[in-house]
Amino acid sequence: MDRKEDSAHIVVQYRAYAIVWIILLALTWLTVTISGVRIGGVTIFFPLLIASVKATMVLSFFMHLKYEKGLFKLIILIMLVIFLVLICLVFSDVGYR
Amino acid sequence: MNETARMTAEKHRDYTGSKIGMWLFLSTEVFLFVGPFLLYAVYRYRYPTDFHNAAAGLNLVLGILNTVILLTSSLTMALSIASVKKGNKKLSMLFLMLTILFGIVFLANKYVEWGAKIEHGIYPNSAALLKHSNGEIIFYGLYFFATGLHGLHILAGVILLSVMAVLIAKGKIDPSDFIKLENSGLYWHLVDIVWIYLFPLFYLIR
Repeated sequence: MDRKEDSAHIVVQYRAYAIVWIILLALTWLTVTISGVRIGGVTIFFPLLIASVKATMVLSFFMHLKYEKGLFKLIILIMLVIFLVLICLVFSDVGYR
Repeated sequence: MNETARMTAEKHRDYTGSKIGMWLFLSTEVFLFVGPFLLYAVYRYRYPTDFHNAAAGLNLVLGILNTVILLTSSLTMALSIASVKKGNKKLSMLFLMLTILFGIVFLANKYVEWGAKIEHGIYPNSAALLKHSNGEIIFYGLYFFATGLHGLHILAGVILLSVMAVLIAKGKIDPSDFIKLENSGLYWHLVDIVWIYLFPLFYLIR
C-alpha cells in the first residue's frame, strides 16, 4: 500500500507535539525578556529572529511541512522569494525618494 | 462486476491535490498580511520614537496571554488531527472543542483590549487620536487594521472548526478521510503564525 508512504498517514507522537509547544512557550518568554536589546541601534532584529524560529517550528511540526513532499517546500520557497523581492522593491523606493 | 461498480461509485480522493490547494490559498493569505507588514516596516523606520511611544500604550500582559492561548490552541489542533488518524473520535472531538474554546477566549481578550482603547477615545480617525503625532496615528491605524484583520481570521477559523466538529460528530471525518480537518488545521496554524509576528511588532517595541 502506498498509504504508508503518504505523509498524511504518518502519525507524529503526541509527546513530540507537546515538546514543540513547550519550546514555543519558552521562545515567547525569551522574546519578551530580551525585547529592547539593541543590535547596532536596531531593536527589531531579535524579536523578528525569534518569531521566525517559532514560525518555522509551527510550519515544520504542526503543519507537517517536514514530512511533506518537496513540492510543498517549493511553494513556501517561492512565497518567501516573492516576499523578499517585495521588501527590496518597497525599501529601494522608500530609500531613494 | 458488482465490486467494480462499487469502487467506481466511491468518491475519488486526492490528498496531495487537496493539500496543495490549501497551501496555495495560505500563500495568498500570507500576502494579505504582508501588505500591512510592509507599511509597518516603512513607517516604523520613519517614525521610530512615535512607534515606541504608541506601543507603550498597549497592554503587554494581554498580548502575552493571547500569544500563549494561540500557541496552545495550535497544539490542541495538531493533537485533534493526530487523534483522528488514530481513530480516537472522542479525544479528537475534545481537542477540537478546546481549540475552538481557545479561539473564542482570544477574541474575548481582543474585545477587552480594543474596548479599553476605544473607551479612551483611541480608534481610527477619533478626535483624541488625531491630537497625537503622525507616527502614533499611523501606529494605531496599523494596530487596529492588522489585529482586526487577524481577529476576523480567528473568527473564520472558529466557524470553520465548528463545522469540522459537526462533521466529526456525523462520522464524515474518520481515519480513512480526514483531509478536511487537516486543511482546517493548516489554516488555524497559519493564523497562529501571523500572530507570532504581530505580537512582537506591536507589543514589544522597547
